[in-house]
Amino acid sequence: MTAPPRNARRIVRDIAHARAGDKGNTSNVNVWAYDAADFELLKRVLTAERIKRTFPDLIRGKVERYVIEHLHGLNFVLHDALEGGVNSSLNLDSHGKSWSYLILGLALDDDKA
Amino acid sequence: MTSAVFRIGTGAGFSADRLDPAIDLVERGKLDVLVLECLGERTVAFSHRDRMADPERGYNAHLRRRMQALLPVCAAAGTTMITNMGAANPRAAAARTLEIARALGLKGLKIACIEGDDVSAVVPANQPFMDEVGTLADVGMPVVGMNAYLGADAIVPALVAEAGVIIGGRLADPSMFLAPLAHRFGWDAADMPRMGAGSLIGHLLECGMQITGGYFADPGVKDVPDLANCGYPIAEVQSDGSAVITKLDGTGGCVTTSTVKEQLLYEVHDPARYLTPDVTADFSRVQIAEVGKNRVKVSHASGTARPQTLKVTVGFDGGFQGEAGVSYAGPAAQERGRLAAQIVRDRLSRVHGIKSDLRIDLIGVNSLFATAGISAADAQDLRLHVALRSPAKEDAELMLWEVESLLCCGPAGGGGFRGSIVPCVMTKSVLIERERVKPTLSVFVA
Repeated sequence: MTAPPRNARRIVRDIAHARAGDKGNTSNVNVWAYDAADFELLKRVLTAERIKRTFPDLIRGKVERYVIEHLHGLNFVLHDALEGGVNSSLNLDSHGKSWSYLILGLALDDDKA
Repeated sequence: MTSAVFRIGTGAGFSADRLDPAIDLVERGKLDVLVLECLGERTVAFSHRDRMADPERGYNAHLRRRMQALLPVCAAAGTTMITNMGAANPRAAAARTLEIARALGLKGLKIACIEGDDVSAVVPANQPFMDEVGTLADVGMPVVGMNAYLGADAIVPALVAEAGVIIGGRLADPSMFLAPLAHRFGWDAADMPRMGAGSLIGHLLECGMQITGGYFADPGVKDVPDLANCGYPIAEVQSDGSAVITKLDGTGGCVTTSTVKEQLLYEVHDPARYLTPDVTADFSRVQIAEVGKNRVKVSHASGTARPQTLKVTVGFDGGFQGEAGVSYAGPAAQERGRLAAQIVRDRLSRVHGIKSDLRIDLIGVNSLFATAGISAADAQDLRLHVALRSPAKEDAELMLWEVESLLCCGPAGGGGFRGSIVPCVMTKSVLIERERVKPTLSVFVA
Protein backbone atom coordinates (compact mmCIF):
# COMPACT_ATOMS: atom_id res chain seq x y z
CA MET A 1 0.00 0.00 0.00
CA THR A 2 1.22 3.47 -0.76
CA ALA A 3 1.30 5.93 2.12
CA PRO A 4 -1.61 8.37 2.16
CA PRO A 5 -0.70 11.94 1.20
CA ARG A 6 0.13 14.23 4.08
CA ASN A 7 -2.91 15.82 5.68
CA ALA A 8 -5.19 13.33 3.92
CA ARG A 9 -8.40 12.91 5.85
CA ARG A 10 -8.43 9.51 7.56
CA ILE A 11 -11.67 7.62 7.07
CA VAL A 12 -13.31 4.58 8.59
CA ARG A 13 -12.18 2.48 5.61
CA ASP A 14 -8.59 2.93 6.81
CA ILE A 15 -9.26 0.87 9.95
CA ALA A 16 -12.39 -1.18 9.27
CA HIS A 17 -14.34 -3.19 6.72
CA ALA A 18 -18.10 -3.49 6.29
CA ARG A 19 -20.99 -5.17 4.48
CA ALA A 20 -24.58 -3.98 4.03
CA GLY A 21 -27.75 -6.03 3.80
CA ASP A 22 -31.46 -5.30 3.52
CA LYS A 23 -34.74 -6.58 4.86
CA GLY A 24 -37.79 -4.68 3.66
CA ASN A 25 -37.18 -0.98 4.23
CA THR A 26 -34.51 -1.63 6.87
CA SER A 27 -30.81 -1.68 6.08
CA ASN A 28 -28.10 -3.13 8.26
CA VAL A 29 -24.40 -2.41 7.98
CA ASN A 30 -21.89 -4.48 9.92
CA VAL A 31 -18.50 -2.85 10.52
CA TRP A 32 -15.36 -4.63 11.77
CA ALA A 33 -12.06 -3.21 12.99
CA TYR A 34 -9.11 -4.89 11.24
CA ASP A 35 -7.01 -4.39 14.36
CA ALA A 36 -8.34 -4.87 17.88
CA ALA A 37 -6.35 -1.81 18.91
CA ASP A 38 -8.58 0.39 16.71
CA PHE A 39 -11.89 -0.89 18.08
CA GLU A 40 -12.17 1.72 20.84
CA LEU A 41 -11.68 4.46 18.23
CA LEU A 42 -14.24 2.84 15.96
CA LYS A 43 -16.80 2.67 18.77
CA ARG A 44 -16.14 6.28 19.73
CA VAL A 45 -16.38 7.59 16.18
CA LEU A 46 -19.26 5.50 14.89
CA THR A 47 -22.15 6.24 17.18
CA ALA A 48 -25.75 5.63 16.23
CA GLU A 49 -26.43 9.33 16.79
CA ARG A 50 -23.69 10.41 14.37
CA ILE A 51 -24.94 8.13 11.61
CA LYS A 52 -28.52 9.25 12.07
CA ARG A 53 -27.43 12.90 12.08
CA THR A 54 -25.15 12.60 9.04
CA PHE A 55 -27.77 11.19 6.66
CA PRO A 56 -31.05 12.83 7.67
CA ASP A 57 -32.73 12.53 4.27
CA LEU A 58 -31.73 8.91 3.80
CA ILE A 59 -32.31 7.50 7.28
CA ARG A 60 -35.89 8.42 8.18
CA GLY A 61 -36.22 6.07 11.15
CA LYS A 62 -34.12 5.24 14.18
CA VAL A 63 -30.58 3.88 14.13
CA GLU A 64 -29.70 1.02 16.46
CA ARG A 65 -26.15 -0.11 17.19
CA TYR A 66 -25.22 -3.57 18.41
CA VAL A 67 -21.68 -4.09 19.72
CA ILE A 68 -19.96 -7.44 19.24
CA GLU A 69 -17.16 -6.76 21.65
CA HIS A 70 -15.15 -9.98 21.32
CA LEU A 71 -15.07 -9.83 17.50
CA HIS A 72 -14.45 -6.06 17.39
CA GLY A 73 -17.57 -5.43 15.37
CA LEU A 74 -20.52 -3.05 15.25
CA ASN A 75 -23.85 -3.76 13.61
CA PHE A 76 -25.98 -0.78 12.62
CA VAL A 77 -29.66 -1.25 11.93
CA LEU A 78 -30.95 1.70 9.90
CA HIS A 79 -34.73 1.83 9.99
CA ASP A 80 -36.70 3.35 7.12
CA ALA A 81 -33.42 3.90 5.28
CA LEU A 82 -34.00 2.34 1.85
CA GLU A 83 -36.16 4.99 0.17
CA GLY A 84 -39.19 2.80 0.74
CA GLY A 85 -37.37 -0.47 0.20
CA VAL A 86 -36.64 -2.53 -2.84
CA ASN A 87 -40.35 -2.46 -3.75
CA SER A 88 -40.68 1.26 -4.18
CA SER A 89 -37.19 2.74 -4.38
CA LEU A 90 -36.15 3.99 -7.79
CA ASN A 91 -32.54 4.25 -6.64
CA LEU A 92 -30.31 2.23 -8.97
CA ASP A 93 -29.14 0.45 -5.82
CA SER A 94 -32.59 -0.30 -4.48
CA HIS A 95 -31.19 -2.78 -1.93
CA GLY A 96 -28.79 -0.20 -0.46
CA LYS A 97 -25.86 -2.56 -1.03
CA SER A 98 -23.58 0.47 -1.26
CA TRP A 99 -24.58 1.84 2.15
CA SER A 100 -21.53 0.04 3.61
CA TYR A 101 -19.42 2.62 1.80
CA LEU A 102 -21.45 5.48 3.27
CA ILE A 103 -20.19 4.33 6.67
CA LEU A 104 -16.66 3.52 5.45
CA GLY A 105 -16.40 7.01 3.92
CA LEU A 106 -17.00 8.83 7.22
CA ALA A 107 -14.05 10.71 8.65
CA LEU A 108 -12.29 9.39 11.74
CA ASP A 109 -11.58 12.83 13.13
CA ASP A 110 -14.83 14.77 13.01
CA ASP A 111 -17.02 12.64 15.22
CA LYS A 112 -18.11 15.80 16.98
CA ALA A 113 -19.19 17.44 13.73
CA MET B 1 -18.74 -45.79 6.37
CA THR B 2 -20.27 -42.72 7.94
CA SER B 3 -17.51 -40.26 8.67
CA ALA B 4 -17.51 -38.23 11.88
CA VAL B 5 -17.34 -35.03 9.85
CA PHE B 6 -20.26 -33.99 7.67
CA ARG B 7 -19.27 -32.10 4.53
CA ILE B 8 -21.82 -29.67 3.17
CA GLY B 9 -21.25 -27.14 0.41
CA THR B 10 -23.02 -24.41 -1.50
CA GLY B 11 -23.52 -24.66 -5.26
CA ALA B 12 -25.53 -21.45 -5.65
CA GLY B 13 -26.16 -18.55 -3.29
CA PHE B 14 -28.73 -16.76 -5.41
CA SER B 15 -30.86 -17.33 -8.48
CA ALA B 16 -28.23 -16.28 -11.03
CA ASP B 17 -25.15 -17.67 -9.27
CA ARG B 18 -22.33 -19.40 -11.21
CA LEU B 19 -22.49 -23.01 -12.30
CA ASP B 20 -18.92 -24.03 -13.21
CA PRO B 21 -17.52 -23.68 -9.66
CA ALA B 22 -20.45 -25.80 -8.41
CA ILE B 23 -19.47 -28.64 -10.75
CA ASP B 24 -15.87 -28.40 -9.54
CA LEU B 25 -17.05 -28.42 -5.94
CA VAL B 26 -19.03 -31.63 -6.37
CA GLU B 27 -16.32 -33.35 -8.40
CA ARG B 28 -13.54 -32.69 -5.90
CA GLY B 29 -15.29 -31.76 -2.66
CA LYS B 30 -16.37 -35.20 -1.37
CA LEU B 31 -19.60 -33.61 -0.21
CA ASP B 32 -22.38 -35.31 1.68
CA VAL B 33 -24.78 -32.55 0.66
CA LEU B 34 -24.79 -29.75 -1.91
CA VAL B 35 -27.25 -26.89 -1.35
CA LEU B 36 -28.39 -24.56 -4.10
CA GLU B 37 -30.06 -21.52 -2.57
CA CYS B 38 -31.77 -19.69 -5.41
CA LEU B 39 -34.67 -17.77 -3.95
CA GLY B 40 -34.90 -14.20 -2.74
CA GLU B 41 -38.12 -12.63 -1.51
CA ARG B 42 -38.84 -11.00 -4.81
CA THR B 43 -37.62 -13.96 -6.86
CA VAL B 44 -40.65 -15.92 -5.65
CA ALA B 45 -43.00 -13.18 -6.75
CA PHE B 46 -41.35 -12.96 -10.18
CA SER B 47 -41.64 -16.74 -10.46
CA HIS B 48 -45.36 -16.53 -9.74
CA ARG B 49 -45.67 -14.10 -12.64
CA ASP B 50 -43.85 -16.61 -14.86
CA ARG B 51 -46.18 -19.38 -13.72
CA MET B 52 -49.25 -17.28 -14.45
CA ALA B 53 -47.97 -16.81 -18.00
CA ASP B 54 -47.19 -20.53 -18.38
CA PRO B 55 -48.37 -23.17 -15.83
CA GLU B 56 -45.36 -25.33 -16.69
CA ARG B 57 -42.91 -22.62 -15.62
CA GLY B 58 -42.38 -20.64 -12.43
CA TYR B 59 -39.20 -22.41 -11.32
CA ASN B 60 -35.60 -21.22 -11.51
CA ALA B 61 -34.62 -20.13 -15.02
CA HIS B 62 -31.30 -22.01 -14.85
CA LEU B 63 -32.75 -25.27 -13.51
CA ARG B 64 -32.25 -27.26 -16.70
CA ARG B 65 -28.58 -26.33 -17.14
CA ARG B 66 -27.85 -26.80 -13.46
CA MET B 67 -29.51 -30.22 -13.28
CA GLN B 68 -27.93 -31.47 -16.50
CA ALA B 69 -24.49 -30.57 -15.20
CA LEU B 70 -24.87 -31.45 -11.53
CA LEU B 71 -27.06 -34.58 -11.44
CA PRO B 72 -24.38 -36.86 -12.94
CA VAL B 73 -21.55 -35.55 -10.77
CA CYS B 74 -23.72 -35.67 -7.62
CA ALA B 75 -24.70 -39.26 -8.45
CA ALA B 76 -21.06 -40.22 -9.01
CA ALA B 77 -19.94 -38.61 -5.76
CA GLY B 78 -22.88 -39.83 -3.68
CA THR B 79 -23.84 -36.23 -2.91
CA THR B 80 -27.42 -35.33 -2.05
CA MET B 81 -28.70 -32.09 -3.60
CA ILE B 82 -31.09 -29.81 -1.71
CA THR B 83 -32.50 -26.76 -3.49
CA ASN B 84 -35.32 -24.25 -3.50
CA MET B 85 -35.10 -23.88 -7.29
CA GLY B 86 -38.75 -24.98 -7.41
CA ALA B 87 -39.63 -21.36 -6.58
CA ALA B 88 -43.33 -20.88 -7.41
CA ASN B 89 -43.69 -24.33 -9.02
CA PRO B 90 -41.77 -27.13 -7.24
CA ARG B 91 -43.97 -29.77 -8.89
CA ALA B 92 -42.97 -28.68 -12.40
CA ALA B 93 -39.32 -28.34 -11.31
CA ALA B 94 -39.37 -31.92 -9.99
CA ALA B 95 -41.03 -33.19 -13.18
CA ARG B 96 -38.42 -31.47 -15.31
CA THR B 97 -35.61 -32.84 -13.12
CA LEU B 98 -37.07 -36.34 -13.43
CA GLU B 99 -37.01 -36.06 -17.22
CA ILE B 100 -33.40 -34.89 -17.15
CA ALA B 101 -32.38 -37.71 -14.78
CA ARG B 102 -33.98 -40.29 -17.05
CA ALA B 103 -32.38 -38.80 -20.15
CA LEU B 104 -29.02 -39.01 -18.37
CA GLY B 105 -29.65 -42.67 -17.50
CA LEU B 106 -29.63 -42.06 -13.73
CA LYS B 107 -31.95 -44.97 -13.11
CA GLY B 108 -33.26 -45.26 -9.57
CA LEU B 109 -32.44 -41.67 -8.56
CA LYS B 110 -35.06 -40.49 -6.08
CA ILE B 111 -36.34 -36.95 -6.55
CA ALA B 112 -38.30 -35.45 -3.69
CA CYS B 113 -40.70 -32.58 -4.14
CA ILE B 114 -41.69 -30.51 -1.10
CA GLU B 115 -44.85 -28.45 -1.43
CA GLY B 116 -47.24 -26.73 0.93
CA ASP B 117 -45.41 -23.42 1.13
CA ASP B 118 -48.08 -21.83 -1.08
CA VAL B 119 -50.53 -20.55 1.52
CA SER B 120 -52.65 -18.32 -0.68
CA ALA B 121 -55.71 -20.41 0.22
CA VAL B 122 -55.35 -19.87 3.97
CA VAL B 123 -54.23 -16.25 4.34
CA PRO B 124 -57.18 -13.86 4.57
CA ALA B 125 -57.27 -10.72 2.42
CA ASN B 126 -57.22 -8.48 5.49
CA GLN B 127 -54.15 -10.10 7.11
CA PRO B 128 -52.10 -7.39 8.87
CA PHE B 129 -48.51 -6.75 7.76
CA MET B 130 -45.67 -8.23 9.80
CA ASP B 131 -43.70 -5.05 10.40
CA GLU B 132 -45.77 -2.07 9.31
CA VAL B 133 -49.22 -0.58 9.69
CA GLY B 134 -51.98 -1.85 7.41
CA THR B 135 -53.23 -5.07 5.85
CA LEU B 136 -52.85 -6.88 2.54
CA ALA B 137 -56.14 -5.37 1.38
CA ASP B 138 -54.61 -1.87 1.55
CA VAL B 139 -52.05 -2.57 -1.20
CA GLY B 140 -54.54 -2.31 -4.04
CA MET B 141 -52.52 -4.41 -6.48
CA PRO B 142 -53.28 -7.92 -7.75
CA VAL B 143 -51.76 -10.69 -5.56
CA VAL B 144 -49.54 -13.06 -7.55
CA GLY B 145 -48.63 -15.52 -4.77
CA MET B 146 -48.13 -16.15 -1.06
CA ASN B 147 -45.38 -18.40 0.25
CA ALA B 148 -44.60 -19.40 3.82
CA TYR B 149 -40.98 -20.04 4.80
CA LEU B 150 -40.67 -23.79 5.45
CA GLY B 151 -38.14 -25.01 7.99
CA ALA B 152 -35.96 -28.06 8.49
CA ASP B 153 -38.93 -30.12 9.67
CA ALA B 154 -40.35 -29.95 6.14
CA ILE B 155 -37.08 -31.18 4.61
CA VAL B 156 -36.07 -34.00 6.99
CA PRO B 157 -38.78 -36.42 5.73
CA ALA B 158 -37.23 -36.22 2.24
CA LEU B 159 -33.86 -37.16 3.74
CA VAL B 160 -35.49 -40.04 5.62
CA ALA B 161 -36.90 -41.18 2.27
CA GLU B 162 -33.29 -41.24 0.97
CA ALA B 163 -33.96 -38.84 -1.88
CA GLY B 164 -30.90 -37.93 -3.94
CA VAL B 165 -32.42 -34.64 -5.04
CA ILE B 166 -34.72 -32.56 -2.85
CA ILE B 167 -36.59 -29.73 -4.51
CA GLY B 168 -38.83 -27.23 -2.80
CA GLY B 169 -40.15 -23.72 -3.19
CA ARG B 170 -39.88 -21.30 -0.30
CA LEU B 171 -37.55 -23.45 1.81
CA ALA B 172 -35.88 -21.09 4.28
CA ASP B 173 -32.24 -20.55 3.35
CA PRO B 174 -30.55 -21.77 6.56
CA SER B 175 -33.04 -24.62 6.96
CA MET B 176 -31.72 -26.31 3.80
CA PHE B 177 -28.38 -26.67 5.61
CA LEU B 178 -29.73 -27.37 9.09
CA ALA B 179 -32.02 -30.22 7.94
CA PRO B 180 -29.27 -32.59 6.71
CA LEU B 181 -27.10 -31.79 9.74
CA ALA B 182 -29.95 -32.55 12.15
CA HIS B 183 -30.75 -35.72 10.20
CA ARG B 184 -27.17 -36.99 10.12
CA PHE B 185 -26.30 -36.18 13.73
CA GLY B 186 -29.68 -37.03 15.20
CA TRP B 187 -30.21 -33.56 16.64
CA ASP B 188 -33.60 -33.14 18.31
CA ALA B 189 -35.62 -30.27 16.87
CA ALA B 190 -36.15 -29.13 20.47
CA ASP B 191 -32.40 -28.91 21.08
CA MET B 192 -32.25 -25.18 20.51
CA PRO B 193 -28.47 -24.73 20.93
CA ARG B 194 -27.94 -27.33 18.15
CA MET B 195 -30.63 -25.74 15.99
CA GLY B 196 -28.83 -22.43 16.46
CA ALA B 197 -25.45 -23.97 15.61
CA GLY B 198 -26.76 -25.60 12.43
CA SER B 199 -28.54 -22.39 11.46
CA LEU B 200 -25.28 -20.46 11.83
CA ILE B 201 -23.62 -22.82 9.35
CA GLY B 202 -26.56 -22.36 7.00
CA HIS B 203 -26.50 -18.61 7.42
CA LEU B 204 -22.77 -18.46 6.69
CA LEU B 205 -23.03 -20.69 3.60
CA GLU B 206 -26.36 -19.63 2.11
CA CYS B 207 -24.90 -16.76 0.08
CA GLY B 208 -22.26 -18.94 -1.55
CA MET B 209 -19.07 -17.05 -2.31
CA GLN B 210 -19.93 -14.18 0.02
CA ILE B 211 -17.90 -16.13 2.60
CA THR B 212 -15.05 -17.23 0.31
CA GLY B 213 -13.99 -13.80 -0.89
CA GLY B 214 -16.89 -12.86 -3.13
CA TYR B 215 -18.46 -9.48 -2.41
CA PHE B 216 -15.41 -8.72 -0.27
CA ALA B 217 -12.62 -7.39 -2.48
CA ASP B 218 -11.62 -3.76 -2.00
CA PRO B 219 -8.29 -3.29 -3.76
CA GLY B 220 -5.55 -1.97 -1.53
CA VAL B 221 -7.24 -2.86 1.75
CA LYS B 222 -9.02 -6.17 1.09
CA ASP B 223 -7.24 -7.87 -1.80
CA VAL B 224 -8.65 -11.24 -2.82
CA PRO B 225 -6.54 -13.68 -4.86
CA ASP B 226 -7.90 -14.88 -8.22
CA LEU B 227 -11.43 -13.60 -7.58
CA ALA B 228 -12.49 -14.51 -11.13
CA ASN B 229 -11.96 -18.16 -10.20
CA CYS B 230 -13.56 -17.93 -6.76
CA GLY B 231 -14.56 -21.23 -5.17
CA TYR B 232 -17.82 -22.01 -3.40
CA PRO B 233 -17.70 -22.74 0.34
CA ILE B 234 -17.57 -26.04 2.19
CA ALA B 235 -18.40 -26.55 5.88
CA GLU B 236 -16.82 -29.50 7.65
CA VAL B 237 -19.30 -29.95 10.46
CA GLN B 238 -18.80 -31.82 13.75
CA SER B 239 -21.61 -33.45 15.70
CA ASP B 240 -21.46 -30.67 18.32
CA GLY B 241 -22.39 -28.13 15.65
CA SER B 242 -18.99 -26.49 15.31
CA ALA B 243 -17.54 -26.35 11.82
CA VAL B 244 -14.56 -25.39 9.72
CA ILE B 245 -15.44 -23.17 6.77
CA THR B 246 -13.15 -23.77 3.82
CA LYS B 247 -13.01 -24.14 0.03
CA LEU B 248 -11.31 -26.33 -2.53
CA ASP B 249 -7.58 -26.07 -3.11
CA GLY B 250 -6.84 -24.53 -6.48
CA THR B 251 -9.83 -22.19 -6.48
CA GLY B 252 -9.66 -18.43 -6.14
CA GLY B 253 -10.95 -16.37 -3.27
CA CYS B 254 -10.09 -16.65 0.42
CA VAL B 255 -11.64 -17.75 3.68
CA THR B 256 -10.47 -15.57 6.54
CA THR B 257 -11.86 -14.39 9.86
CA SER B 258 -12.78 -11.16 8.03
CA THR B 259 -14.80 -12.84 5.26
CA VAL B 260 -16.61 -14.89 7.91
CA LYS B 261 -17.37 -11.84 10.07
CA GLU B 262 -18.91 -9.87 7.20
CA GLN B 263 -21.22 -12.77 6.44
CA LEU B 264 -21.98 -13.47 10.12
CA LEU B 265 -24.17 -10.37 10.39
CA TYR B 266 -25.24 -10.07 6.77
CA GLU B 267 -28.96 -9.22 6.85
CA VAL B 268 -28.97 -9.75 10.62
CA HIS B 269 -30.39 -7.14 12.99
CA ASP B 270 -30.08 -8.20 16.66
CA PRO B 271 -27.21 -10.74 16.65
CA ALA B 272 -28.77 -12.52 19.63
CA ARG B 273 -32.17 -12.95 17.98
CA TYR B 274 -32.07 -14.11 14.37
CA LEU B 275 -35.44 -15.62 13.53
CA THR B 276 -35.76 -18.67 11.29
CA PRO B 277 -38.59 -21.21 11.07
CA ASP B 278 -36.44 -23.54 13.23
CA VAL B 279 -35.02 -21.41 16.02
CA THR B 280 -34.40 -17.96 17.43
CA ALA B 281 -30.70 -18.16 16.69
CA ASP B 282 -28.10 -16.45 18.87
CA PHE B 283 -24.96 -15.44 16.96
CA SER B 284 -23.80 -12.92 19.58
CA ARG B 285 -21.20 -15.19 21.20
CA VAL B 286 -19.90 -16.95 18.10
CA GLN B 287 -16.18 -17.71 18.14
CA ILE B 288 -14.27 -17.32 14.87
CA ALA B 289 -10.71 -18.64 14.62
CA GLU B 290 -8.32 -19.22 11.75
CA VAL B 291 -7.07 -22.81 12.00
CA GLY B 292 -5.20 -23.00 8.70
CA LYS B 293 -4.89 -21.34 5.33
CA ASN B 294 -8.43 -20.79 4.05
CA ARG B 295 -9.74 -22.69 7.09
CA VAL B 296 -11.80 -20.83 9.70
CA LYS B 297 -13.45 -22.53 12.64
CA VAL B 298 -16.83 -21.28 13.86
CA SER B 299 -18.41 -22.38 17.13
CA HIS B 300 -20.54 -21.26 20.09
CA ALA B 301 -23.69 -20.33 18.20
CA SER B 302 -26.79 -21.02 20.22
CA GLY B 303 -30.51 -20.49 20.17
CA THR B 304 -33.81 -20.30 21.98
CA ALA B 305 -37.35 -21.38 21.11
CA ARG B 306 -38.47 -21.13 17.51
CA PRO B 307 -41.12 -18.51 16.61
CA GLN B 308 -44.72 -19.68 16.87
CA THR B 309 -45.51 -18.03 13.56
CA LEU B 310 -44.05 -18.43 10.09
CA LYS B 311 -43.19 -15.53 7.83
CA VAL B 312 -45.13 -15.37 4.57
CA THR B 313 -44.00 -13.38 1.55
CA VAL B 314 -46.93 -11.99 -0.39
CA GLY B 315 -46.15 -10.94 -3.94
CA PHE B 316 -48.14 -8.40 -5.94
CA ASP B 317 -48.11 -7.44 -9.58
CA GLY B 318 -46.27 -4.11 -9.41
CA GLY B 319 -46.73 -2.97 -12.99
CA PHE B 320 -43.71 -1.85 -14.99
CA GLN B 321 -40.45 -0.03 -14.47
CA GLY B 322 -38.84 1.90 -17.29
CA GLU B 323 -35.24 3.06 -17.24
CA ALA B 324 -33.57 5.26 -19.81
CA GLY B 325 -30.38 7.27 -20.11
CA VAL B 326 -28.32 9.70 -22.16
CA SER B 327 -24.69 10.65 -21.42
CA TYR B 328 -22.90 13.99 -21.30
CA ALA B 329 -19.16 14.62 -21.03
CA GLY B 330 -16.67 17.47 -21.01
CA PRO B 331 -16.95 21.12 -19.94
CA ALA B 332 -20.25 21.96 -18.20
CA ALA B 333 -21.45 18.37 -18.53
CA GLN B 334 -23.26 18.74 -15.20
CA GLU B 335 -25.10 21.88 -16.29
CA ARG B 336 -26.20 20.18 -19.51
CA GLY B 337 -27.24 17.05 -17.62
CA ARG B 338 -29.29 19.05 -15.14
CA LEU B 339 -30.99 20.95 -17.97
CA ALA B 340 -31.87 17.63 -19.60
CA ALA B 341 -33.35 16.42 -16.31
CA GLN B 342 -35.54 19.55 -16.04
CA ILE B 343 -36.79 19.06 -19.60
CA VAL B 344 -37.75 15.41 -19.04
CA ARG B 345 -39.48 16.15 -15.75
CA ASP B 346 -41.39 19.09 -17.23
CA ARG B 347 -42.55 17.31 -20.39
CA LEU B 348 -43.61 14.09 -18.69
CA SER B 349 -45.83 16.09 -16.39
CA ARG B 350 -47.05 18.91 -18.66
CA VAL B 351 -47.28 17.26 -22.09
CA HIS B 352 -48.11 13.69 -21.07
CA GLY B 353 -49.82 14.21 -17.71
CA ILE B 354 -47.83 11.36 -16.16
CA LYS B 355 -48.03 11.33 -12.38
CA SER B 356 -46.10 8.08 -11.81
CA ASP B 357 -43.13 7.71 -9.46
CA LEU B 358 -40.20 9.32 -11.25
CA ARG B 359 -36.56 9.62 -10.32
CA ILE B 360 -33.79 11.31 -12.26
CA ASP B 361 -30.12 10.86 -11.35
CA LEU B 362 -26.86 12.08 -12.83
CA ILE B 363 -24.69 8.97 -12.69
CA GLY B 364 -21.14 10.04 -11.97
CA VAL B 365 -22.25 13.06 -9.95
CA ASN B 366 -24.72 11.57 -7.52
CA SER B 367 -27.00 8.59 -7.97
CA LEU B 368 -26.62 5.81 -5.39
CA PHE B 369 -25.68 8.38 -2.73
CA ALA B 370 -27.99 11.17 -3.91
CA THR B 371 -30.31 10.89 -0.90
CA ALA B 372 -27.29 10.64 1.38
CA GLY B 373 -26.25 14.08 0.14
CA ILE B 374 -22.89 13.04 -1.32
CA SER B 375 -21.84 14.20 -4.79
CA ALA B 376 -18.76 14.45 -7.00
CA ALA B 377 -18.55 18.17 -7.70
CA ASP B 378 -15.93 17.95 -10.46
CA ALA B 379 -17.46 15.11 -12.52
CA GLN B 380 -17.29 15.75 -16.28
CA ASP B 381 -18.39 12.36 -17.63
CA LEU B 382 -21.87 11.53 -16.51
CA ARG B 383 -25.12 9.89 -17.42
CA LEU B 384 -28.64 11.15 -17.07
CA HIS B 385 -30.61 8.22 -15.71
CA VAL B 386 -34.39 8.36 -15.62
CA ALA B 387 -36.44 5.71 -13.80
CA LEU B 388 -40.22 5.50 -13.69
CA ARG B 389 -42.61 2.94 -12.24
CA SER B 390 -46.26 2.69 -13.25
CA PRO B 391 -49.09 0.16 -13.44
CA ALA B 392 -49.42 1.33 -17.08
CA LYS B 393 -46.77 0.15 -19.48
CA GLU B 394 -47.60 3.10 -21.72
CA ASP B 395 -46.24 5.54 -19.12
CA ALA B 396 -42.88 3.77 -19.25
CA GLU B 397 -42.95 3.76 -23.06
CA LEU B 398 -43.63 7.51 -23.16
CA MET B 399 -40.78 8.14 -20.74
CA LEU B 400 -38.35 6.22 -22.97
CA TRP B 401 -39.53 8.22 -25.96
CA GLU B 402 -39.04 11.53 -24.13
CA VAL B 403 -35.50 10.63 -23.05
CA GLU B 404 -34.58 9.49 -26.55
CA SER B 405 -35.94 12.75 -27.97
CA LEU B 406 -33.19 14.60 -26.06
CA LEU B 407 -30.80 13.42 -28.78
CA CYS B 408 -32.11 16.11 -31.13
CA CYS B 409 -34.19 18.35 -28.87
CA GLY B 410 -32.13 18.49 -25.67
CA PRO B 411 -28.87 20.10 -24.52
CA ALA B 412 -25.72 19.98 -26.67
CA GLY B 413 -23.52 16.93 -26.87
CA GLY B 414 -25.84 14.28 -25.45
CA GLY B 415 -25.32 10.76 -26.75
CA GLY B 416 -25.66 7.08 -26.05
CA PHE B 417 -29.39 6.62 -25.48
CA ARG B 418 -30.49 3.26 -24.09
CA GLY B 419 -33.84 2.35 -22.61
CA SER B 420 -35.59 -0.72 -21.23
CA ILE B 421 -38.86 -1.70 -19.60
CA VAL B 422 -39.20 -4.60 -17.17
CA PRO B 423 -42.14 -6.00 -15.19
CA CYS B 424 -42.17 -5.20 -11.46
CA VAL B 425 -43.30 -7.04 -8.41
CA MET B 426 -44.02 -5.73 -4.97
CA THR B 427 -43.75 -7.84 -1.83
CA LYS B 428 -45.12 -7.58 1.68
CA SER B 429 -44.60 -9.83 4.69
CA VAL B 430 -47.24 -11.27 7.01
CA LEU B 431 -47.12 -13.89 9.77
CA ILE B 432 -49.35 -16.93 10.15
CA GLU B 433 -49.60 -19.59 12.84
CA ARG B 434 -47.35 -22.49 11.87
CA GLU B 435 -50.16 -25.02 12.40
CA ARG B 436 -51.88 -23.63 9.33
CA VAL B 437 -48.96 -24.51 7.06
CA LYS B 438 -48.93 -28.16 5.96
CA PRO B 439 -45.81 -29.19 4.05
CA THR B 440 -46.20 -32.23 1.80
CA LEU B 441 -43.68 -34.65 0.29
CA SER B 442 -43.82 -36.51 -3.02
CA VAL B 443 -41.03 -38.81 -4.21
CA PHE B 444 -40.43 -39.72 -7.85
CA VAL B 445 -38.02 -42.41 -9.02
CA ALA B 446 -36.09 -42.02 -12.26
